Amino acid sequence: MGGIVVIGGGIAGQSVCERIRERNPDVPLTLLCKEPSLPYDRVALSHLLAGETTREQIQLRPAEWYDDAGIAVRFAQAHELHLDARECVIEGGEALAFDHAVVCTGSEPLMPPVDGIDLSGVVAFRDPGDCDEIVRRAQSARNAVVIGGGLLGLEAARGIAALGCPVTVVHLVDRLMERQLDAGAAELLLAAMPALGVDVRLEAATAAIVGDERAEGLRFADGSELEADLVVVSIGIRPQVELARAAGVAVERGIVVDDRMVTSHPRALAVGECAQHRGTVYGLVAPIYEQAAAAADTLAERASSYDGSVQSAKLKVMGVDLVAIGQASGAREVVAADASSGSYRTLVVDEQGHAAGAVLLGDTRGHELLLEKVKTHEPVDDLLALLVEAGEASAADLPDSAQVCNCNGVCKGAIVDAIESKGLGSTQEVVAVTRAGAGCGSCKPLVKEILMLQRGGLGEEPSYLCPCRKQTREQLAAVVRERDLGSVSELSEACGAGRDCGTCKPGLAYLVSQVQENRHREERHARFINDRVHANIQNDGTFSVVPRIRGGVTSPDELRRIADVAERHGVRMVKITGGQRIDLLGLRKEQLPAVWEELGMPSGHAYAKAVRTVKTCVGTDFCRFGLGDAIGVGIELERMMEGLYTPHKVKSAVSGCPRNCAESYVKDIGLVAVDGGWEVYVGGAAGGTVRKGDLLDRMDDSESAIRLALAFLQHYREEAEYLERTYAYIERVGIEAVRDAVLDPSEQARLIERYAIAKAAADPDPWLERREPVHPKQFAELDTEPEPITPIDDALTRQEAW
Amino acid sequence: VNGFLRVGRADDVPMLEGRTVMLGSRRVAIFRTPDGFHAIGAVCPHAGGPLADGLVADNCVTCPLHNRRFDLRTGTAIGDHEGVEAHEVVVLDGELWLRAPAELEQAA
Repeated sequence: MGGIVVIGGGIAGQSVCERIRERNPDVPLTLLCKEPSLPYDRVALSHLLAGETTREQIQLRPAEWYDDAGIAVRFAQAHELHLDARECVIEGGEALAFDHAVVCTGSEPLMPPVDGIDLSGVVAFRDPGDCDEIVRRAQSARNAVVIGGGLLGLEAARGIAALGCPVTVVHLVDRLMERQLDAGAAELLLAAMPALGVDVRLEAATAAIVGDERAEGLRFADGSELEADLVVVSIGIRPQVELARAAGVAVERGIVVDDRMVTSHPRALAVGECAQHRGTVYGLVAPIYEQAAAAADTLAERASSYDGSVQSAKLKVMGVDLVAIGQASGAREVVAADASSGSYRTLVVDEQGHAAGAVLLGDTRGHELLLEKVKTHEPVDDLLALLVEAGEASAADLPDSAQVCNCNGVCKGAIVDAIESKGLGSTQEVVAVTRAGAGCGSCKPLVKEILMLQRGGLGEEPSYLCPCRKQTREQLAAVVRERDLGSVSELSEACGAGRDCGTCKPGLAYLVSQVQENRHREERHARFINDRVHANIQNDGTFSVVPRIRGGVTSPDELRRIADVAERHGVRMVKITGGQRIDLLGLRKEQLPAVWEELGMPSGHAYAKAVRTVKTCVGTDFCRFGLGDAIGVGIELERMMEGLYTPHKVKSAVSGCPRNCAESYVKDIGLVAVDGGWEVYVGGAAGGTVRKGDLLDRMDDSESAIRLALAFLQHYREEAEYLERTYAYIERVGIEAVRDAVLDPSEQARLIERYAIAKAAADPDPWLERREPVHPKQFAELDTEPEPITPIDDALTRQEAW
Repeated sequence: VNGFLRVGRADDVPMLEGRTVMLGSRRVAIFRTPDGFHAIGAVCPHAGGPLADGLVADNCVTCPLHNRRFDLRTGTAIGDHEGVEAHEVVVLDGELWLRAPAELEQAA
């Protein structure tokens, strides 16, 4: 039994493997990946270009998934396919035996055969490597050009514009996306482009790319020229058929397959952009899923019949909502356009009066229903009535077979089943379980609507701050506000929160302190041990001490003092932390007050759900690439934020240039100096979850960048759930909601005002409790005493001078 | 008090917190709740966590290291886990007294 070899680690290969495993958990299965990386979601490339996601996030499955599914992944290219001998020779010469091979070799970007196509600065838009190169070049390019005004070309142009580089789309024919759009929709789309920062030049035939070593511009057939030092090519795809052709399989434009996805050789199947079915090569993702399912049926010896896909394309760029389904023109069509709102909706039927296509621009409501009608060739008498009905359709009107998530090929029925059988209560859970909405995310509102429908008006299952009493953060905050409660005990008294298991008490303590803007009554029994003794408990019950070293900048004098303290008190380990701080580990509770006194430095809050660190690079102080004063700005930012408690820890960084040596892109709050200003990133993470932060805004000077960072910090303090990191909060509410909340000038002013009140009332240094403990036994047991403090005369003055 | 050992002052244990004391060869954690004082073994049997440093609510303490919970009155663990021993504690004139274990009966 040789099993199945799937050749090609793209979406098609991945999808074929998944469908095969669903039908047969035992058949030996090998996936050959040419690139040294696991299959990723190429549909998300435009998000990668826009900096909205990372390479890790667009990986389709984690490495463990392949182990669990019993799929052998080989990172090697297939060199020869011997179908009669049933073996595939891979690089290195090894021959893999098989019963069936599924060719999923995909496609290559089509490059126009013009002079200059090989110049440096000419890039295709096809894989993450291309994305990296485009981002890198767009940062310094003066002008960019995208050749090709199709779906992918427009997404590339929008991504480049978002990076601040002027960009022009040049397109051969007289309208954008001519394969999907009718003239009316194309005209409206064209009109929307300037607002996205994208120029368009139609009917422009590129004759050559000019330049000596690197691209300097385009020359068109009419002799005119356009300056450009970055040229992105996105004119179409060319199926990769060489392997199949050499194996003797029938090849036309793509590898010819029948309705069972079998090629001209019974041992070989083909799926995806390399396959040609009934004369069509599909370049979109949805048909790949349908083909993969048909191929898996064939291999499982089940009846399979693929009769082609209805093409449906969704433009995934900010500011334009566009869905194009099936044919753009037919025997009859109806158009509903509203110039005032910029919406344009059309429905097309064929000669037999069956639904054949639709274009929805500006207002895409009901596209799932229209796609379903087009797929099933539903007879339509009153086109306008159907268009209106679709616009008003809710999730309830969709049939179970309607595809909700085109990225991952999930239909409504599967979502309903999962909600029912697994008792799912939140959109987040549904996305995690069904994968619907895990791709480009544009179907998430519909996923939520289906969930709401299934829950029969119960609403999204909330996350409770006090799960025992089923009380949410909002409910409890309202109680604190209305009754002006000043402590956790008063809140427990008022509504029972925290009375039962007590694990929510630290969350309640944060809530009360936040609502009361730090003018609450502190109760240590509601705090985790770390916040009772202001140090971080370790696995053996000892504590670690991390003094504040703003911006990670210290001095010989300070280092000498730290070293002396470590020696005197027998610190078991001195460790440099990831946040550019120094950690003294292995101290007993009783040693803490004396250690703090001798250090004469304020608390670094390394033990708390609070503002932790601001990392910096040396910026303009020393670095020859520095564009901004990272150290000065970092220290200032840390001063402004320190002492504030937050729903979860907040780590920050300030980098002096986009080389990002302080890792600002993966911090909760990250500032990056760029030419002529500062970028503010929020929601980054580099722990158990890795996420690049979202660019909140770009500011002209460091003062306004710090102000924006503080407004975001206050917004997060007020709106996030307890123990919800900034990245989780932003993913839950969406970056647009955050932008709305912190960029509006009057909202921002109110946030800053509340921040200032809370900051003024915050305890600047809890380590001063060494001199005035909140309880005689704060740092000791019944039979022990805190080590005596050797008062150091200048300790407090020195600390104040800090 | 007959058979008991004086171990500290009641005021030394803050409300809804715990503090420890050596009782012979073992460390005991004494907790103060609105219902009075409770004493149990101070060391979590799971990974040695200091139970006196845990959060207290509803006559239970949650270990600060990995969140195992114990009933303060009986020492039994919530859930299917090993518990800790319970000790008898009394307050007299503001002083805390623990019942002496067999090894210390002479001293008491």
